[in-house]
Amino acid sequence: MTTQSLRGDAVGIEQVTKIYGEGANAVAALKGVSLTIGDNEFFTLLGPSGCGKTTLLRILAGFEQVSAGKVFLFGEEIEQLPPNRRPINTVFQHYALFPHMTVEENIAFGLKRLGREPAEIRARVGEVMEIVRLGGFAHRRPGQLSGGQQQRVALARALAPQPKILLLDEPLSALDLKLRQQMRVELKQIQENTGITFIFVTHDQEEALAMSDRIAVMSQGEVQQLGTAQEIYERPNNRFVADFIGDANILAVTVLGDDDGSGYRRCRTAQGMEILCAGSGAPGSTPHVSIRPERIAIGAVGSMADGIACDVERVVYLGTNRQFLVCLADGLKLTVLVPNALRAGSELQPGDKAVIHVPPGTAQLLKD
Amino acid sequence: MAVPLPAGSQQETAAGLSGRDRLLLLAPALLMITVFLILPLGFILVYSFLTKGTYGGVIWEFSTAAYEQFLFERDLFTDELVFHASYLQIYGRSIVQALVATTASLIIGFPTAYYIATRPPSQRNMWVFLITVPYWVNLLIRTVSMLFIVRDEGPLNTALMATGLIDQPIRIAYTDFAIGLGLVYSYLPFMVLPIYAAIERFDFRLLEAGHDLYADRWTILRQIVIPLTRPGIVAGCLLVFIPSLGSFIAPDLLGGGKNLMIGNTIALQFQSSRNWPFGSAAAIILLTLVLIVLVIFARRAQQAAVASGR
Ligand SMILES: Nc1ncnc2c1ncn2[C@@H]1O[C@H](COP(=O)(O)OP(=O)(O)O)[C@@H](O)[C@H]1O
Ligand SMILES: [Mg+2]
Repeated sequence: MTTQSLRGDAVGIEQVTKIYGEGANAVAALKGVSLTIGDNEFFTLLGPSGCGKTTLLRILAGFEQVSAGKVFLFGEEIEQLPPNRRPINTVFQHYALFPHMTVEENIAFGLKRLGREPAEIRARVGEVMEIVRLGGFAHRRPGQLSGGQQQRVALARALAPQPKILLLDEPLSALDLKLRQQMRVELKQIQENTGITFIFVTHDQEEALAMSDRIAVMSQGEVQQLGTAQEIYERPNNRFVADFIGDANILAVTVLGDDDGSGYRRCRTAQGMEILCAGSGAPGSTPHVSIRPERIAIGAVGSMADGIACDVERVVYLGTNRQFLVCLADGLKLTVLVPNALRAGSELQPGDKAVIHVPPGTAQLLKD
Repeated sequence: MAVPLPAGSQQETAAGLSGRDRLLLLAPALLMITVFLILPLGFILVYSFLTKGTYGGVIWEFSTAAYEQFLFERDLFTDELVFHASYLQIYGRSIVQALVATTASLIIGFPTAYYIATRPPSQRNMWVFLITVPYWVNLLIRTVSMLFIVRDEGPLNTALMATGLIDQPIRIAYTDFAIGLGLVYSYLPFMVLPIYAAIERFDFRLLEAGHDLYADRWTILRQIVIPLTRPGIVAGCLLVFIPSLGSFIAPDLLGGGKNLMIGNTIALQFQSSRNWPFGSAAAIILLTLVLIVLVIFARRAQQAAVASGR
């Protein structure tokens, strides 16, 4: 990738490596990460704890120096810019509100440092308080606010100076479920209305899927897959992504043949069942496939023409869905998820005989 | 004493103890304070309103002469009270001296405390230990050795002359500057330790938040670090200012007893002047000054706490 190709993108990250510590204690937090993030994009870094998400954000904010690689902001290298000279603001995971200042003073802090006129500051503070729905709290101090309110102050404080890029490090992780779901919608709306590029960090795949234009799935300091929510969910690249995003039945298979024109490859599971898989794999190779539980159909014996017989081992009622653990005649165990609204298999009990159907192409071949 | 403790420390004390247990735990301290602080203070207060004995001691006869003597002089011929300001000057000079020493201690102590508080946790205890090491040596000996270093023929002047920077020894010993030096040296740890305690509790992630919001280092220091470590700074300043105000050894040895300070004035009354009531009155006036300063700071701290909703 050249510098030229990165122009026009809000953020360009080129082969960034970050190593903490030295010698025997060295930890490679990022191993050659390359990404471009478009202007006005809601971009999410998704991965388990310790995969390097915060490190990448801190590099963008300017709190950490890269060990190797380059970081571009609208085509300019920003290596030398200190954090206070970058048009980037952060919503910190722990909020980091100034406890001795009122909500209003917290929000005005950045604007004051930028030397804005008092009248303009007042107007802008009022405006962002409106955006994050904090009216009436102007004169409270952070210690007098609930977690959700503090989170809004942190967001307002970072939005107020109208940064080009907003970094959000797991901003919702401390909130309870209801509030978290509500904030997802609000954050997405704020991003769309302000047009600011959001770089959002989370370990919660549901959150990532719900909000993002694009997602980078990270693991162990590397980007595993980059794509839209749908691409990542439906066409996971590798075993890690398939496993991390949503639930998946992951099976070892042997590829039997080339694409026979249907767009699918015939594969055989270790237990001998044959399935038509999407994706690529050389004949004779032994990759894994991922099958999403909700893509498998289940019903009582005789309810399907080409069903595979199985035993129902466990049924879990999940409200919206019903989850079945079934065991095929060949010993293969699969998880199946059926919306309760469909009523399919609703009469099935553990110990019953049933049939399942795996439609062609629902199994996705993975790179290991 | 009502030194405003750094925020947070109040809530932690005596948590979960019943009233009786608390009283039991406090008893030794209360006993000490009563016997060695309240009682002597009572004596001093009483003595300050008695008549002086010819060879020291007091005559048990009520008199306000000691307080009059502080501001007035009895004219030898007319026997009228005439205002004289020499004791006021001594108090004024002592206050200025103590303020200068406090300011200097703050300027030296804050960066020191900041440095210690930002070391890895495993190293901090060692640094705190090093700060207290001078206290292993008697104050008198430390002060005398300081005199030895700064006097005209001392190592400091000798070294400066040897390097050719000066051709005359700089007069340091027996000046107000030497007194200030002695005070700072004596009480610096009292500045460092409370500030260190405050900075150690400071959430350094706030620095990043400030930096992220376009603040430079100076602004971060002024707007974030200092306001949030203020209780420690105030405690340190009081702990240096108060003993400096009444200090005796540094003015006596390093100042050569030329310019009297409050401490020397009081000591003098109990020694050569043999005027116990006046010595007592001078001590009571000093105590009143100190209490006024404390009350002002306690009020301020309380207002700040109310304002910040704690
Ligand atoms: N300041 C640091 N010093 C040493 N190691 C660190 C430091 N910060 C993070 N790490 C290590 O780098 C890795 C990535 O951390 P981080 O970026 O915080 O992950 P995440 O935010 O995805 O949980 C982890 O193994 C972590 O222990
Ligand atoms: Mg993190």
